[in-house]
Amino acid sequence: MVELRTLVAMLVVGLVSASAQAEPPQGRQDQLLYRLRQDCGSCHGMTLKGGLGPPLLPAAIAGKDDDALIEVILHGVAGTPMPPWDFEISRDEAAWLVRRLKEGLDES
Amino acid sequence: MRASWIITAALLVLSSPALGCQLGGLRGTGDLGLVVEREAGRVQVIETSGDTSLCTIEGLGDLSHASITYSRDGRYGYVFGRDGGLSKVDLLTGELVKRIVQAGNAIGGAISQDGRLVAVSNYDPGGVRVFDADTLAPVADIPATYGADGARSKVVGLVDAPDQRFVFSLYDAGEIWVADLSDPASPQVRKFREVGDQPYDGLITPDGRYYLAGLFGEDGVALLDLWDLDKGVQRILDGYGHGEEPLPVYKMPHLEGWASAGDVLFLPAVGRHELLVVDRRTWQEVDRIAVHGQPVFAEARPDGRQVWVNFAHPLNDVVQVIDVPSRKIVRTLRPGPAVLHLEFTPRGEQVWLSVRDEDRVEVYDTRTLERVATLPADKPSGIFLAARADRIGL
Repeated sequence: MVELRTLVAMLVVGLVSASAQAEPPQGRQDQLLYRLRQDCGSCHGMTLKGGLGPPLLPAAIAGKDDDALIEVILHGVAGTPMPPWDFEISRDEAAWLVRRLKEGLDES
Repeated sequence: MRASWIITAALLVLSSPALGCQLGGLRGTGDLGLVVEREAGRVQVIETSGDTSLCTIEGLGDLSHASITYSRDGRYGYVFGRDGGLSKVDLLTGELVKRIVQAGNAIGGAISQDGRLVAVSNYDPGGVRVFDADTLAPVADIPATYGADGARSKVVGLVDAPDQRFVFSLYDAGEIWVADLSDPASPQVRKFREVGDQPYDGLITPDGRYYLAGLFGEDGVALLDLWDLDKGVQRILDGYGHGEEPLPVYKMPHLEGWASAGDVLFLPAVGRHELLVVDRRTWQEVDRIAVHGQPVFAEARPDGRQVWVNFAHPLNDVVQVIDVPSRKIVRTLRPGPAVLHLEFTPRGEQVWLSVRDEDRVEVYDTRTLERVATLPADKPSGIFLAARADRIGL
């Protein structure tokens, strides 16, 4: 009985998240956040407060369009040092990163 | 029961590296150094005679892209943090002597020729601030203002130069400034405009004569002869990419540890998996060496016989060793994922490498090219040995 309830709950959760926005698996989320702090951090700062690149904190990107930010991550910005990351980050993963950045990482 | 608890506590205290350095009496700092543990906001004091860690110094703030310069007696390290923090640490006692937060966002610093002034280059507010090396009290402020509307530029590539000068580049403005601090309270600044698009880092030759700024926005390097400022800035290595589309750069090259070996220099190309070999009398490219990825640091062993190179993400698990006379890669090492920095001991028998993603620092013998020691470190980034105290530009 308990198992059945768990199963139903899992199905519901699965349907809800699939119908909303795709979430990378937990292990991949950890990788992406590590990449964000350690490697994106080499220009944007480990705490994302900015460096040679602009800050990525919620207040700094709140007004920016999600799709535009996803494009920046995937394809970079010509004429600036921002490189394209589509060789190792998918569109769904970039969308997840944008959501996380707008929420703020420290609140998690 | 109680005795065993006390013994355990005592052992914990003894084995804790945070409680001052265990130096064992009088000693010098010539074989000491600092390793940045950037996420933890602390540095380890290490020594290169026995390849051990002596202690850690904590509470240094946000150490992303942190760099360190040394007092002229080699006792104190000045740690420049991304959060604008300027921390003075004592290598002999393992203590944080003083810490100030002097700006919102900083990138590096330098110490003056006479050792009395420490300068910090800031992104926000863009400019250079100068402090008393002893007390860290503010001495001078040089805002990097440019253009008609008084915008402020991020400042990069700050170095010390002979005659009590600091030289730095304005990333947003495309300028190089030379500031004479012989009267510390009123710096005399000479500005060189339109040196090129997006100077991203700068360096000074070990003899203190030439300042070079690498350009991100175009193929070329800006060169300033500090012995003859009236000559102005020259462009060298123009069009080294031959008009080809540059490759994406996942970590900006650093010029500080540039490789000066005999008559030639080895410079990382930007957006190309190559090192440029430049004749330092004519400033012409004489060769280029294809390497594993985008070079980040290209550093010469102090005798100039070898150049060691690390690379940008995602090819940053590799270090290549170049034999200078033949300009051939003689060894491709794989120390581990994310090799961020390398530093030679003063006479070059060892090189220290930080392997960020596996939380360790590796020591290699530069003659056998074999690993001789491994030290644990928490996400290590920069490695800075105290022998830098005696060198122009470091």
